[in-house]
Amino acid sequence: MTSNQVLSEVEYDVVGKRPVRPDGVDKVTGRAQYGDDTNLTGTLRAKVLRSPHAHARIKFIDTSKAEALPGVRAVITAKDLPFASLSKEELGGEYTSLKFASDHMMASDKALFKGHPVAAIAAVNAHVAESAMALIEVDYEVLKPVVDVREAMQDGAPLLHEDLRTNDMGETGEKPSNVATHMSYSIGDLDKGFAEADLVLEKEYTTSTVHQGYIEPHNTTAFWNSDGQLNLWTSTQGSFQVRGTVASILRLPVSQVKVTPMEIGGGFGGKITAYLDAICAVLSKKTGAPVKALMTRTEVFEASGPAPASWMRVKIGVKNNGKMTAVETEMAMDAGAYPGSPVMQAIVCAFACYDVENGKVDGYDVVDNKPKTAAYRAPGAPQAAFAVESLIDEICAELNMDPIEFRLLNAAKEGTRRIEGLVARRIGLVECLEVARDHDHYKSKIDGPNGRGVACGYWPNRGFQSSVVMTVNYDGVVSLLMGSVDIGGTRASIAQQTAETLGIGYEDVKPTVVDTDSIGYTFITGGSRTCFATGLAAISAAEDVKSQMISRAAKIWDTNEDDIEYVAGVVQHKSDEELKLTFKDLARQLATTGGSVSGRASVDPSGEGNGYAVHIADVTVDPDTGKTDVTRFTAVQDAGKAIHPSYVEGQMQGGAVQGIGWALNEEYFFDDSGKMMNPTFLDYRMPISLDLPMIDTVIVEVANPGHPYGVRGVGEVAIVPPMAAVGNAVSAATGNRMRSLPITPGKILEADWENGKS
Amino acid sequence: MPGVTQVQTTLNGEVINFLCEPRQSLLEVLRDVLGMTGTKEGCNDGNCGACTIILDGRIVDSCLVLGVEAEGRDITTIEGMASPEGLHPLQQSFLENAALQCGICTPGFLLASKSLLDQEPEADEGRIRHWLAGNLCRCTGYDKIVRAVLQVSKAK
Amino acid sequence: MEPFDFISPSSIEEAVKTLASSGDQARILAGGTDMLVQMRAGRRTAPLVVDIKGIPELNVMSYDASKGLTLGAAVPCYRIYQDTTVAAAYPGLIDSAFLIGGIQIQGRASIGGNICNAAPSGDAIPAVIALGGVCNVTGPNGTREILCEDFCTAPGRNALENGEILVSISIPAPQPNAGANYLRFIPRNEMDIAVAGVGSAVQLDASGQNFVSARIALASVAPTPVFAKEAGDSLAGKAVSEEAVQQASELAMAAAKPISDMRGTIRQRTHLIGVLTRRTLNNAIERARGG
Repeated sequence: MTSNQVLSEVEYDVVGKRPVRPDGVDKVTGRAQYGDDTNLTGTLRAKVLRSPHAHARIKFIDTSKAEALPGVRAVITAKDLPFASLSKEELGGEYTSLKFASDHMMASDKALFKGHPVAAIAAVNAHVAESAMALIEVDYEVLKPVVDVREAMQDGAPLLHEDLRTNDMGETGEKPSNVATHMSYSIGDLDKGFAEADLVLEKEYTTSTVHQGYIEPHNTTAFWNSDGQLNLWTSTQGSFQVRGTVASILRLPVSQVKVTPMEIGGGFGGKITAYLDAICAVLSKKTGAPVKALMTRTEVFEASGPAPASWMRVKIGVKNNGKMTAVETEMAMDAGAYPGSPVMQAIVCAFACYDVENGKVDGYDVVDNKPKTAAYRAPGAPQAAFAVESLIDEICAELNMDPIEFRLLNAAKEGTRRIEGLVARRIGLVECLEVARDHDHYKSKIDGPNGRGVACGYWPNRGFQSSVVMTVNYDGVVSLLMGSVDIGGTRASIAQQTAETLGIGYEDVKPTVVDTDSIGYTFITGGSRTCFATGLAAISAAEDVKSQMISRAAKIWDTNEDDIEYVAGVVQHKSDEELKLTFKDLARQLATTGGSVSGRASVDPSGEGNGYAVHIADVTVDPDTGKTDVTRFTAVQDAGKAIHPSYVEGQMQGGAVQGIGWALNEEYFFDDSGKMMNPTFLDYRMPISLDLPMIDTVIVEVANPGHPYGVRGVGEVAIVPPMAAVGNAVSAATGNRMRSLPITPGKILEADWENGKS
Repeated sequence: MPGVTQVQTTLNGEVINFLCEPRQSLLEVLRDVLGMTGTKEGCNDGNCGACTIILDGRIVDSCLVLGVEAEGRDITTIEGMASPEGLHPLQQSFLENAALQCGICTPGFLLASKSLLDQEPEADEGRIRHWLAGNLCRCTGYDKIVRAVLQVSKAK
Repeated sequence: MEPFDFISPSSIEEAVKTLASSGDQARILAGGTDMLVQMRAGRRTAPLVVDIKGIPELNVMSYDASKGLTLGAAVPCYRIYQDTTVAAAYPGLIDSAFLIGGIQIQGRASIGGNICNAAPSGDAIPAVIALGGVCNVTGPNGTREILCEDFCTAPGRNALENGEILVSISIPAPQPNAGANYLRFIPRNEMDIAVAGVGSAVQLDASGQNFVSARIALASVAPTPVFAKEAGDSLAGKAVSEEAVQQASELAMAAAKPISDMRGTIRQRTHLIGVLTRRTLNNAIERARGG
């Protein structure tokens, strides 16, 4: 039996329904315009020459032969970026961050990962540009690379940045290091907590570098107006991020850069960094023509931002009845070539599902010769959950305790204090655990070469800035403008919230995603924030519209605004029953009573949505080959309120499947020279349709007190539990604990052989 | 400069002519020469199916077909899937079942599903998953895609 | 890609003449599913690409219950499994045709191309070897036959001399009480390169209780696909039994010379050869017995 359930207690007119998304027809007919579909007249194609070495000093670059190739219009190196001519003195405090940002875009003195851009070409077509790449001569002094997070932390490891000193809890270290940051949080008394425990388990876990795996490669088109305004058309999760980054690197005021976000073919956090835009902008300036770039799949793997590999040590103490008394973890994640892995989020989220009095978490952000990591859906938390939820499974086995009952006993609730201090408001973890426990899947029998695993997960879901403008057209349809790029259906969900607030039909709201000149600052589509924060902005703007409509009615009826109310899409006089106008009828009168009505709002909501999820996975493992198949999967998640349940289910299912891939097959293989050996979809193995069952879902709705409809955000927590759920299932099926991701058939066979099974 | 070849082919029911270099793939021709951007590039090496088209009645990855090989052939792209009367039932089903999130893989999945149901109108879940194994989706986890195809399959 | 010229010869003679005069400046294009990927990656280059799909003999698929199957080198996989007669006669071959890539790849890729590409992991090759396939080659010096097990000479290299093309593959007529099966191990359920693969074909006696002969071939465990002659020969004349199958699988494992790489270790691959040999032999036996 497969199913999708929504456990809803509050019914609305538009919110909670499943209308067809407004951009849907264009997407199923091939008309939707994604970044690479941009086609300005006279566009040149750009290609980026990238370092073949994972670690090297760049001695000099000779581009003359490439420039002479017929069809080539311009060749650039880091020297062509404005940053190269500016000194440490001129930039002061910004120097490090700007130098890192600019060097990441195009290497100046050192190549720090295989695939690091060192030059770029604009030519009449991509084939000529590719031929020109072979004609650029680069003199490298090859250096020893390091591509393992723990090796990079050792004394004597090859150093990436001579200037980098460890920021150790706020204190700056004295010698150069690959450890960029060490951070720690603690609560209670750790020693006392472990002393009280009847059982203490401590294990180590590792995970490999993985990629978000969006099907659309990075792309951009750049073109300057003759007045010096730069235009960019790109597939991005954050048009304002791109604007800001490009403006910084090119030393332009932000208002001089206009970014038009095209439709985007997946992001998951990986399309926030602007890899190609500054390069194409400089090429466009040099050639006077529009310049377009599209990464190849190999470039996407080697030179965009994967998620970090990790090493984690977890220690948990419990009483015999299962009550947790102390938790401890140490986690190191590799940020790639420049600092900034999500290890700090990882340690904060690691134990966020549990109410424990005593705990200590330590995180290490480490650089190594891999591409600089980027966000990947709940960055840091999936790795942490794999470790913690696996160890808890071992504890449950030792105590002979049901894994869901264990989690219910220790579950975080309203009032639970998280390790770094945040106190939870009303949250829905307990509800999710109860739903999972009572679910048909969990109650069904399992035996033989099959195993079942359970895990839970957490993600904060923050707000950040969003802006919305809405205008009431004279025909009563509301044009809704937002800066939030639509990846997963947010045009629909924001329109639904608008329609619900205004009391009008979904079909009477027309949402559009607009460029950075046309709307106020809007943070990325990511962070599980769009439905929440842009929704809040839309609700607020809709309230603004309502009050203006009341004013207009007051004018028409020559009465006081205080005598008028707005109820269910109708503006009416509170006492005189003759005086009422529907939204549409009032809209028709706007032209002659003062003109358009526009509502607007810019929000920056504080407070976290607090997303919780519980996953149940069944697997079958072929004992002769180690081949693992997921045979049944159920995802339970507290959405707060599912504005559009189909798109919430989609997030839950998509996150679960990314997690299944991360658990079983996905990893970057590096050779001794630091090169990724599998930069194609052939050997970077993401789940295919034939690998999976249906992904059943249950949406729990424990309303978020911080949002009028209760929205919490849903996109990210969906990927936090699945690896542990699958790992625990494999363990149940094989009798071997798998503590290293991915859990490949080879590793399962090795575990059997180690444990004496032939 | 390398020479170009003139190619005549039938595209979405219409006989057309185009010029291309032999090294240009059919994917490149569709997108850059003919301006038909509905067919997408995901990997350019036959591993993701985003560039799926129907060539002489069979689905193929257009990144692995040369433009010059289109001579005399019959090609259907996503732009040719709907009819003047309206959307193809699969397109409608994808919309109703929310079988797309970012939508970049959708043209490939639609053509692949169409080619399956044209041949096997009653394809079941197992057959659908097998047939679609050459199309990668990273957003949906395939669940709603398979349901959308099943809905049309049962309807036949 | 580097630029190239493209021609589509319409006869074997034309193709041979062009290839003979061009030497290593020309490359043959069939389905393109390996060739174009390699050309894009710079692993194979050529100023001249010769499309052999227009040559009638290379598109032939003719089956006769006494003469067997003549499979043109350019016939795409889907044509093979769509033909109910051929599919019923050669399930062991269909096993491979269904496995190469996904449906889109099978719309273009050919068994002949898979053999000529000579990858150690080529999924068609062990199946054709096990079935006793013979490669029919035409060149400037006339025609010759090359046993499939002799066709691949090194990773990515085959036995074709300058100017020669593979025209077709001949597979002997299926005998009564014979069966074949190809299985490979991959971590997903499709779209992967074989970590290990085995093609087994058995000939039983009329009672179905004894082996008359067997042929076993291996993929991904040596620089070329391996014809594990000793393993197959070990079954001749023996009663069908778990012990006999086990022994054959151990000989197959001994014939495997795998390397460790990112797709698998030596130990894992060798172990898988044992598992897959047993499984394919058992499936072949079942098919031979009419199951």
